[in-house]
Amino acid sequence: MIIRFVLNGKETQIDCAPDLRVVDLLREDFGLTGTKEGCGSGECGACTILVNGENRLSCLMPAVRLEGKSITTIEGLAAENRRHPLQEAFIRYGAVQCGYCSPGMILAACALLAENPEPTREQIREALSGNLCRCTGYQKIVDAVEAAARAMQKENAG
Amino acid sequence: MNRVLLPKNLPELWSCLENEPNAKVYAGGTDLLVQMRARCEDNLVLVCLERIADLTGIREDEDVFWIGACTTFRRLLDHPQIREQIPVLTKALSTLGSPPIRNMATIGGNICTASPAGDTLPPLYVLDADLILSTQASERVIPLSGFITAPGKTRLEKGEILTGIRVKKPEGYHIQHFEKVGQRKALACAVASMAALVKTSSAGVIESARIAWGSVGPTVVMPPDVEAALIGKTLSPAVLKAATDLAGTAMAPIDDLRATAAYRRKVAGNLLLRIGT
Repeated sequence: MIIRFVLNGKETQIDCAPDLRVVDLLREDFGLTGTKEGCGSGECGACTILVNGENRLSCLMPAVRLEGKSITTIEGLAAENRRHPLQEAFIRYGAVQCGYCSPGMILAACALLAENPEPTREQIREALSGNLCRCTGYQKIVDAVEAAARAMQKENAG
Repeated sequence: MNRVLLPKNLPELWSCLENEPNAKVYAGGTDLLVQMRARCEDNLVLVCLERIADLTGIREDEDVFWIGACTTFRRLLDHPQIREQIPVLTKALSTLGSPPIRNMATIGGNICTASPAGDTLPPLYVLDADLILSTQASERVIPLSGFITAPGKTRLEKGEILTGIRVKKPEGYHIQHFEKVGQRKALACAVASMAALVKTSSAGVIESARIAWGSVGPTVVMPPDVEAALIGKTLSPAVLKAATDLAGTAMAPIDDLRATAAYRRKVAGNLLLRIGT
């Protein structure tokens, strides 16, 4: 069936099976392999995407549910020649080791900062509690989100 | 391949169900889709309720909340009146799954899944919630406590869907408590959980007590003798302690990969001690 949606800011339509998982659609049909599959059962957050700004799990969404929605994947976060402040901060703070959880972490953090631009460390931990990282111990990820929040505040003020 | 239908309103839904009487109905999909994949189920017809506006949202009148069955946990958590009037429910929701799960999963889904560990069930039992079950031609209202009959089994009939939940606001001040014991804070299936709605006089004498446990029996356990043992007594650790044994007797927990039955019984009973702390 034909599904129409906005993918990273661009009107898109694709003919696919209605029950194709969104994670497979993104990776196989669009070649957007930044969205990862970890557990395939909603427990790890690696497949996180933003649907109308909310972080959701693309492994638990049949493609048909994208109809009429606007979605953002990690590939859609950066401006043309400039990384998103969260991406900058993840690099600067060493919040990436193997990198498998990073796209999901960054998108979950992005959803948090959109509604709460000055989160506490506790609020950051809570907002990222659906995203597992097996390498970093989370400390540097929380540091990076805090730093990105400061940078974005400064950007908005300046 | 499975077919997925996405009706946009109730008339479309009723015709989907008429044409596909064996369709599986779902909303968030956080449970059904995992189960289907695990069982490699194919050639099913799925009907997704998320686009039906009449099934979403929260309406409030003087003494009752109506919650659309397809309202996500996120919407409930963000609702100031729900937070203020029935914090026992919001406390449970904040322990359920993870933020992305709460953005997708719905209250009606949690009820119809009828898991012994469903996190919204103990609070909705103590709040004495009613369910509105509808078909194209009829509507009936039944108490939640009479709806779930066994793990995964409900009184939902063919062609019938859960459209809404009616929750009465507790009259006057109540202690509203919820606690869940899990193996970790997020994304943990409850080892045991307890919701309590307790009213005391200004002198601290318990006037009413509704207490419900999850994950310690095939369905929610709400023993009347525990409530009877508390009423008329002054709320104190000793009084609560005395009720833990009665609570343990009413439970029928199982051993599984998360905990032993004995541990479940013990920890669930001890959750009583947190009431009013």
